[in-house]
Amino acid sequence: MSQYDVVIIGGGPGGYNAAIRAGQLGLKVACVEKRDTLGGTCLNVGCMPSKALLHASELYDAAMGKEFATLGIEVKPKLNLSQMMAQKADSVTQLTKGIEFLFKKNKADWIKGAGKITGPGKVEVTGADGSVQTLEAKNIVIATGSEPTPLPGVEIDQQRIVDSTGALSLPEVPKKLIVVGAGIIGLELGSVWRRLGAEVTVVEFLDRITPGMDTETAKTFQRSLTKQGIVFKLGAKVTGAETSKSSVKLTVEPVAGGEAETLEADYVLVAIGRRPYTEGLGLESVGVTTDKRGVIETDHFKTSAPGVWAIGDAIHGPMLAHKAEEDAVACIELIAGKAGHVDYNLVPSVVYTAPEVAWVGKTEEQLKEAGVAYKVGKFPFTANSRAKINHETDGFAKILADAKTDEILGVHIVGPQAGEMIGEYCVAMTFKAASEDIARTSHPHPTRSEAGRQAAMGVEGWTMQS
Amino acid sequence: MADIMTPALGESVTEATVARWTKKAGDAVRKDEILVELETDKVSLEVAAPADGVLSEILAGEGDTVEPGTVLGKMSEGGAAAAPAKTEAPKAEAKPEPKAEAAPAPAPAKSEAPKPAAPSAQRIAAENSLDLAKVSGSGKDGRVTKGDAIAALESRASAPAPAAAPSAPRELHEREERVRMTRLRQTIARRLKEAQNNAAMLTTFNEVDMSAVMALRTEYKDVFEKRHGVRLGFMSFFVKACIAALKQVPDVNAEIDGQDIIYKNHYDIGVAVGTEKGLVVPVIRDADDMSLAGVEKAIGAMGKKARDGQLALDDLQGGTFTISNGGVYGSLMSTPILNAPQSGILGMHKIQERPMVVKGQVVIRPMMYLALSYDHRVVDGQGAVTFLVKVKDAIEDPQRLLLDL
Repeated sequence: MSQYDVVIIGGGPGGYNAAIRAGQLGLKVACVEKRDTLGGTCLNVGCMPSKALLHASELYDAAMGKEFATLGIEVKPKLNLSQMMAQKADSVTQLTKGIEFLFKKNKADWIKGAGKITGPGKVEVTGADGSVQTLEAKNIVIATGSEPTPLPGVEIDQQRIVDSTGALSLPEVPKKLIVVGAGIIGLELGSVWRRLGAEVTVVEFLDRITPGMDTETAKTFQRSLTKQGIVFKLGAKVTGAETSKSSVKLTVEPVAGGEAETLEADYVLVAIGRRPYTEGLGLESVGVTTDKRGVIETDHFKTSAPGVWAIGDAIHGPMLAHKAEEDAVACIELIAGKAGHVDYNLVPSVVYTAPEVAWVGKTEEQLKEAGVAYKVGKFPFTANSRAKINHETDGFAKILADAKTDEILGVHIVGPQAGEMIGEYCVAMTFKAASEDIARTSHPHPTRSEAGRQAAMGVEGWTMQS
Repeated sequence: MADIMTPALGESVTEATVARWTKKAGDAVRKDEILVELETDKVSLEVAAPADGVLSEILAGEGDTVEPGTVLGKMSEGGAAAAPAKTEAPKAEAKPEPKAEAAPAPAPAKSEAPKPAAPSAQRIAAENSLDLAKVSGSGKDGRVTKGDAIAALESRASAPAPAAAPSAPRELHEREERVRMTRLRQTIARRLKEAQNNAAMLTTFNEVDMSAVMALRTEYKDVFEKRHGVRLGFMSFFVKACIAALKQVPDVNAEIDGQDIIYKNHYDIGVAVGTEKGLVVPVIRDADDMSLAGVEKAIGAMGKKARDGQLALDDLQGGTFTISNGGVYGSLMSTPILNAPQSGILGMHKIQERPMVVKGQVVIRPMMYLALSYDHRVVDGQGAVTFLVKVKDAIEDPQRLLLDL
């Protein structure tokens, strides 16, 4: 039996960052992971492979469509899907090996197997070969993440009806793909297959796409995706699926009531959300409580059981890898007696489509609901020189600032490279910057980042370039 | 709870004025972080935190006069949590500030200074003459945000007009302005008057032909600068000439102390330097042991320190003789006032071409009037005149310095 300061269950962005931080702080730490590789959903079947396909498919789309011809590059591209998948797998392998290296560097033990809490300070690990060992830990950190939420009546078979994991490894380009759920995952993967040649229809229960996103931003985003050929059926409920060997028939009803219709496609992606992965962890053995959805209740990462902590997708807050990473650092620092803290208002979100969407802080709807008086500065990428040169003029940058103090309250960018631009505003907002602080900061020309600065100028009515 | 004490202020300095607190009550501070700046007669002093902790109370507000050992404030050691601010600086802000000093100076670039305010806050401060040092910051690590600056402006607008200066001896008219003297200006005023009151001061004049020194300088200035990395100026010649003269007339290098006269066998020459705040006189120590280059370097270093406000008390104390050069401002002739308790001060002046009679011929020569003010209690007229002639001779024929004549 091995005695640890910290045993972490789960080797995803929450777990592996917690292990690294614990190692840095001199804690004896083990990380239990049941996959064959570290990195969790994010590296293996999430963020990373999806970005690999998004990048590859975007280039393919540019070559296939008008863009290359417009640029004066004449090619006849041919899709080699198995190579595209192979390079994706290759990148993922390199990344997961990188985590293994970081574990060694920081003296964190990787225990292979499924972890289960069997009592206070005890984690039982069952290996793939059935062998069982028990670890003793002063602190247990649950970092088990989340899994796709199933849709009743539409059973995932990973053949014709797939979840996000299946959609990353389809054996062929679908002729028709139906995406159930207009959230970030559905739109990213829908974009991938649309670019590779599929006709994509997105069915969404709500009457808008990407819930949680600033509404004006979401509308602009939807317009861009529609222009690219994605069809949206909003306010529509999927009530049943009938799978044959080569196709799926989905029954779809308007949420507001009305006639049901049948949509047929050769593949269906169910991406209606994710739920915490907290079953079978032996939480009851130590009295850790969860809410109805399985979310572990915590107070500053402390669960209801002494010595048991939880982070990432398994607890409340946005289900994002970088949020889990922040949780991990703060949780381990608290365990080590330091002052760990996460400001959830400043966790940014990014949709890696084209155009990208990125935001941090409050949406206009949230500010209105909270009764905060705010000012808006907005700048379209059509007026940004770099975007214009690159023929990527969809979208805008929008800055919301307090009407009195001018403090930046929210930033919403839909446009090229928005994800790379949002970090500036995370820093600014951490320092409680005013929009004027951005407006009076030199930005390089020509870059897309200038759009943010012009939007900041717009808050006080002196946008100069539109 | 630890007291923050006024430190020893240096020889012959008995009191200081609290110039500025860089921390507010309730602020967390680190050991050796600057808490408060004091102004003394001679220099500014910074008082640092004796330990990590929280500044719990400010007892001596800005503008208060303190003596060594006076408790400036109190701090609790350890805990980083900010204690509630109990007392604001008690007497701060009694008088309206002189406009010139209210200039915004966006966050002074000292390493221990408060965290820089947001650019927007600096802009607001600059446009509204708002002193950000007095605005409490709500941003990260206490930085002043735009919102803080706006709030400060608003509270200033709504605050009652500051009370009139206490016991104003007369009504001020519209086109007048009452400005409190800085500590340095008060000290200059007091000491100049003391010198006039105590010494039997009078001035003797001579004039010196600068041709030789100017020729020497023209010929060697490039080589000199290359070799020594410092410009060859006239001041070093005068320093050396004065030391030669002081050695010949030791009375001028002496001072009166009660019933005694103290003759000094060291030659620490004060060189008056004009700064923004006023005149200061840093001392070139043991200048008799220095080469011309050494003197020039020392003057350069002191001048820079003076302009940067970096002079320490030690740099200003203990001079035995002073040289003042009014010539840089164009003065043709003046009677310098002694730098008490010294007994002599040399006044240099503007170099001006004048017709001179040399060997029966009228020729044009670059001339400078020299003035020696001296304390007649120590120095006889003969000694004073001899001193000045000696300086004149050395400058007109610098080889004499080489030969020790």
